[in-house]
Amino acid sequence: MTHPQDPSLDSYDSLDPLDAFTAPDSLDDVHDPRFQAEVPVKRARRGPENPERLYILTGEDSERAPLDLVTLIVAKGEPSPTAQPEHSAVLRLCRTPLSVAELSAYLVLPVSVVTVVLTELLAADLVQARAPLVRSALPDRSLLEAVMHGLQKL
Amino acid sequence: MDFKSSDTLTSGMLSGPREQDVLPATAAAAVKIVIVGGFGVGKTTMVGSVSEIRPLTTEETMTEAGIGVDDDYGSETKTATTVAMDFGRISISEELVLYLFGTPGQERFWFLWNGLFEGALGAVVLIDTRRLEVSFDVIGRLEERGVPFIIAVNDFPDAPRHPVEALRTALDLEKEVPIVHCDARRRTSSRDALLTLMRYLHSLAMARA
Repeated sequence: MTHPQDPSLDSYDSLDPLDAFTAPDSLDDVHDPRFQAEVPVKRARRGPENPERLYILTGEDSERAPLDLVTLIVAKGEPSPTAQPEHSAVLRLCRTPLSVAELSAYLVLPVSVVTVVLTELLAADLVQARAPLVRSALPDRSLLEAVMHGLQKL
Repeated sequence: MDFKSSDTLTSGMLSGPREQDVLPATAAAAVKIVIVGGFGVGKTTMVGSVSEIRPLTTEETMTEAGIGVDDDYGSETKTATTVAMDFGRISISEELVLYLFGTPGQERFWFLWNGLFEGALGAVVLIDTRRLEVSFDVIGRLEERGVPFIIAVNDFPDAPRHPVEALRTALDLEKEVPIVHCDARRRTSSRDALLTLMRYLHSLAMARA
């Protein structure tokens, strides 16, 4: 199964990442046998008559540390022989930085359970948590540029 | 809480990152991008094609009560549903790591990973033109949450191709929201979709500055 090379994709390689973004308009290939000018379905925006369902979460659970899926966890030391198996497992895995999501995958435990274990380890000062860099209301162009440059190296 | 894998934890069978998947000790912070779309639209394929690690899976379990299904018969039986989310990783630098989460399109599952979208740089909505309607709910939720997103049309060989503006109209998108084609199987194509999102985010940041 071959895929026709779409020049509109690879032309990105040569673009300066800091060029102002322009939405590509070269996708309309009327010579493509799959071309259909009409789209048969249409999304209806949610309005007041179509309110979103609300899930009432318990908010910040006071018994759990505020850990993100991508908070990086690093062990501060080796597990003691008497440590609980879950604690030992986390400390062994986190000799080098590992995200909460990766811990969940390797431990085959839900993130919610891993978070409880990590809360205990944080309270005992056995691990360090490196908080993620999050998108904030204020523009952080240097962060975005760093990610762009990293992706271009792929 | 049932630690079903305690045997695994104590038996020494615990898996961990392969040697080549270990992050350097200098890794100081991470960012995340969410790839969202309906079942079978290619989220896992996209995560896998750009990830430097073999994609991993995190699972959460929910009961019927959590899904919001009313039991007409007053039965106390609850059915547990396991919902999986695949993710991958790209090292941006010695200090910065990017995680990609391929998230089920059904919004009712999103709360399982509390904070999945909070702080995310943005989202790639992966669509299949044969089943455009499965993305409607996702797009509405992202708009409500104020999560910036782009549309990536996963270019299935037998999927109809529509003019971009027809897609924009059908999806009821603002004119600045980028729409790109991609082949989620191709590393460079998936990478370019992510770069399109990053350039869009950059343009939004410039506009706010």
